[in-house]
Amino acid sequence: MLSDWTLWLEWLIKSLFVIFALLGGFAYLTLYERRALARIQSRIGPNRAGWQGILQPIADAVKLIFKEELVPAKADRILFFWAPVITMVPSIILAATIPFGPKNVPLFGRQISLAVADINVGVLYLMSIASIAVYGIVLAGWSSNNKYAMLGGLRSSAQMISYELSLGLMFVTAIILADSMSLYEIVEKQSSMWFAIIQPVGALIFLIVTLAEVNRAPFDMPEAEQELTAGYHSEYSGMKFALFFMAEYQKMIVICMIAATLFFGGYREFWFLQGTILSVDRFWWLGPIYLLIKVVVLLFFMIWVRATWPRIRYDRLMSFGWKILLPLSLAIAFITAAGVLLAEDLNNPIWIWTIPIISVFVGVFTVVMIYRELRRKIYERA
Amino acid sequence: MSALEPVVELVRGLWTTLKMMVEKPVTYQYPEEKREVRPRFRGRHILRRYENGLERCIGCSLCAAACPADAIFVEASENTDEQRFSPGERYASTYEINMIRCIFCGYCEDACPTEAIVLGDNYELSFYDRRSSIYTKDMLLEPVPALEMLTPQKTEPGKYNRRSVPEMNDPQD
Repeated sequence: MLSDWTLWLEWLIKSLFVIFALLGGFAYLTLYERRALARIQSRIGPNRAGWQGILQPIADAVKLIFKEELVPAKADRILFFWAPVITMVPSIILAATIPFGPKNVPLFGRQISLAVADINVGVLYLMSIASIAVYGIVLAGWSSNNKYAMLGGLRSSAQMISYELSLGLMFVTAIILADSMSLYEIVEKQSSMWFAIIQPVGALIFLIVTLAEVNRAPFDMPEAEQELTAGYHSEYSGMKFALFFMAEYQKMIVICMIAATLFFGGYREFWFLQGTILSVDRFWWLGPIYLLIKVVVLLFFMIWVRATWPRIRYDRLMSFGWKILLPLSLAIAFITAAGVLLAEDLNNPIWIWTIPIISVFVGVFTVVMIYRELRRKIYERA
Repeated sequence: MSALEPVVELVRGLWTTLKMMVEKPVTYQYPEEKREVRPRFRGRHILRRYENGLERCIGCSLCAAACPADAIFVEASENTDEQRFSPGERYASTYEINMIRCIFCGYCEDACPTEAIVLGDNYELSFYDRRSSIYTKDMLLEPVPALEMLTPQKTEPGKYNRRSVPEMNDPQD
């Protein structure tokens, strides 16, 4: 089977497609973010290079490539060189298992599934690769021989460990709801109803945790400008800095793809369009378009949050992760599992709706408890 | 529902930023779309002329004396009726302002007895080397509407020999 050279060719083409989609997506995500942020701040944003600034990413790339690359005198040169690469590579290979179109598409006279690798433990793959990326950041902070960079790297690793737990539990929630670890199965299970509707609190926690995972505001502690100059990439310039930049933005795109896949129906059409002419079953090429729409909307959410909320303090970040998100995620995973069991045992899918009701109740309860705790602290201080 | 207040406040923040997206941006598309300067804006200097084309500057160097940045250099020469630049005895044969030194305080404008030097509304003063930061008299002098009004002019003898400082007006904005 593996000696069939057309199979190799298929893999090669799909991999190249994903890599170029991510690189192009990175370039235009920077433009998208700058334009959206500018509009929120009553500005226009970059609109000079080409029509409406469409060539701005190219201008940025040329600038970054021709910049001088500095290496600090006492830096660990080998690690200093490899750290950006170690950050960059996981952000690309993370996208390998995410389906961007349906299985078995008749294309060029053969059945092609629109994902680079359709493996049955796709979710596990995502979790393991997602946590590798932090190595590059920590190594960059350590090898720079700079205390700000070091602190940035340390913060990043601590933050990653704290939020990875809730992220993992949210993956578990999606796995329980889909009864499978294959991302294709997860997406197909959502063709009648998004998991974001069955488990709204879980989707919300996932979105919050992804912000922490990709070091975005309000959790951008590793590169907090006011405190750490630029954090772990303080000492980086030129193309090495560009690699960090790329990795960060590609991770944003990929994590939005994961969020769309796990909770918002992935490449499937919106559930109410099922069976109409806009269904993915009718035209396979609608799959990538639906995924793109969902990713763009989720990315806008990230930019919007960055434009609105201030960065939270580091100790509060930690206590939010460990004291609030982790117990809440555990409760959500438990409720989901119980709801699915209930629906199976009573043989009536109507019982699945206990999940959103109890979850929302637990979410509101959590917010009330946080509020009471904060009030108590204020009164103690006074 | 005061316990949900923190969440409500977060959402209100998001709503505020979202509302800003539909507002008109305040940006001026600069090189194409220029902004009107204020009436008392102090930009690049202009050396003014009288209606008949004679220069107002009499080369008295009061502006150079008033200049706190020592940016102005004036050299005066004698007028004759054959070669008349300005009314009165003398005119500025050299008038240079170093735009790197100039701080646009407007003291030269105040010091000038003939209202010859004024600060205009041009703020586009970029140059590539220091040598071109020195603005000479040709660059500062106001252009004339007709060619025969260019200085030096040949004037009838005795007409402009008298005192050259005109009546001052109250400044108007």
